[in-house]
Amino acid sequence: MSDFFYRVHFYLFGLIAIASALAFVTRKSPVAAALWLVNTMFSLAAIYVMMDAHFIGAIQVLVYAGAIMVVFLFVVMLLNLGHPDELSDIKGTWGKLGAGLLGLAILAQVMAMARSQAPKELIQPVGEAAKSLRDLNAVGVIAKPLFSEHLLAFELTSILLLVAIVGAVVLGKRRST
Amino acid sequence: MSILTLSTFALLQAATPQGDMHFWPWLAASGAKLILFFTIYMVGVAYTTLAERKISAWIQHRHGPNRVGPNGFFQPLADGVKNFMKEETLPPYVNKAMFILAPMMAFIPALTVWCVIPWGASWASPWGRVDMMLADLPIGFLFIIAISSLGVYGIVLAGWASNNKYALLGGLRSSAQMVSYEISMGMSLIPVLLFAGNVTLSSVVNQQASVHLWNVLTLSVAFLIYLISAFAETNRLPFDLPEAESELITGYHTEYSAMKFSLFFIAEYANMITQSAMIATLFFGGWDIPFTQADNVGGVSFPMVLLSMGIMAAKTVFFVFFYIWVRWTLPRFRYDQLMSLGWKLLLPLALTYIVIIASVMLALDAAGVERGLVYGLVFLGVNVVILGLLFLVLDRGRLLSPAYGRASTEELRRMRGIVTSRPRRLSPTAGD
Repeated sequence: MSDFFYRVHFYLFGLIAIASALAFVTRKSPVAAALWLVNTMFSLAAIYVMMDAHFIGAIQVLVYAGAIMVVFLFVVMLLNLGHPDELSDIKGTWGKLGAGLLGLAILAQVMAMARSQAPKELIQPVGEAAKSLRDLNAVGVIAKPLFSEHLLAFELTSILLLVAIVGAVVLGKRRST
Repeated sequence: MSILTLSTFALLQAATPQGDMHFWPWLAASGAKLILFFTIYMVGVAYTTLAERKISAWIQHRHGPNRVGPNGFFQPLADGVKNFMKEETLPPYVNKAMFILAPMMAFIPALTVWCVIPWGASWASPWGRVDMMLADLPIGFLFIIAISSLGVYGIVLAGWASNNKYALLGGLRSSAQMVSYEISMGMSLIPVLLFAGNVTLSSVVNQQASVHLWNVLTLSVAFLIYLISAFAETNRLPFDLPEAESELITGYHTEYSAMKFSLFFIAEYANMITQSAMIATLFFGGWDIPFTQADNVGGVSFPMVLLSMGIMAAKTVFFVFFYIWVRWTLPRFRYDQLMSLGWKLLLPLALTYIVIIASVMLALDAAGVERGLVYGLVFLGVNVVILGLLFLVLDRGRLLSPAYGRASTEELRRMRGIVTSRPRRLSPTAGD
């Protein structure tokens, strides 16, 4: 993959992602906001694919854009939320000021992280990703480390999700008594 | 516009030709494939609508459309012209932007998935190897599932933006239905993935050729789950709840007319053809020419390519016919039946099946059985046993009798119990 191609498309999708994310937080209508978020997810998936993480890209579209956001939209439409003015989460000047400061702090952190040098063991040599993709195929690249090096973390995450599912079922169940 | 030009230029510069081709032959071959495949696809969609009407007429003992051209052959053309000429209605109080966006969002995913389906053996041309698919992506059928899962947005948005209660109900039904069945569909593909060891569609085709048995024989339960889920995903009868005419007028596209309606219509038929091609590739050997190994050598002569494409097309057409056949044969499910079928039967079945297939694979590998005919025959045996058990369980005691046959005494007693345990409470004014 040539450098020029990578650069053009990285900035293209990055720009789309940021613009959609901004539209997502500024839209008043919940449905429009949800659709802008889908657009953000989609451009993130494109960036993943350009980093040779094809499987992550596909799962990003499949799980986030295809399933989670559909359920979001489903709930938004089912409730048919009322007037946009009543929907604001943050009330009052102090709340808005605090949220703005928190946002600035996170932005500063992101900038600092982008400038700092990542630890050596985290940096892949050039062409390593493409090579492992050829050797192991798109699913194996994820599956092999997940089920060997990070098995404990993987299993713990599964238990966490299971707990969440059981909790949701318990909360959603009608009380019979 | 300049961004688009820049993007296209960058794409062309970075395009790495597959195989041993040079840049210009590769570009020419890709362009030719692009035009050819999409022409075939759109014409195929148009003629599937005619096939639907003709086959339904045949099943119902009618003539069907027979006025335009010989035996109604140019009917799709007339329909297309009609849809362009009709008035585009825009009802008041709709959400205008979403109302216009929705048909596009249904149409584009249906069109996009077409580019990863392998249509034939690779052609060993004088200029290098030409694969008979537009893009051999490393993620293969995951791409198809991911993109076709976006099709639901068009339906949901259409339902919501129409400002119509029936349309909204149709949109809500479709989102619940498609998200539910996507899960069992994905789960039913995991045995195929375990078998092929890769998600690319070309490796699935090659694996079936190497075992000498189609996946429908070695993974029949997965095939059945996939088939049922595919019907639900494409919103076709018996699962066409989102547009159930007798309940919701026509559901999500009630307010649409002319070409906007037509886009929904095209998307439905396009999804149908894509799913048929997927079933043919994943479970029925794809383009592989049966009883010969000459086509599995990497690149073949042009007549062989045409033969393999013909075989793939024949399989796809059969499943399109099957879709239509089912539509005009089975009645519609009730909504709660649809949901319990998906969540209580197909999903647990798919999960159990993954465990069984993985265990058998592990056992066979431990026993040192080579990937070949014997390997496939073991799976055939396993599947026959599972299908027999499923038949016994799902037949619910009416062994081999038709659904309207005599129920067992136990069932009759149970049904009587339901009737007597719930006395009807009629209000004093009832029947006035």
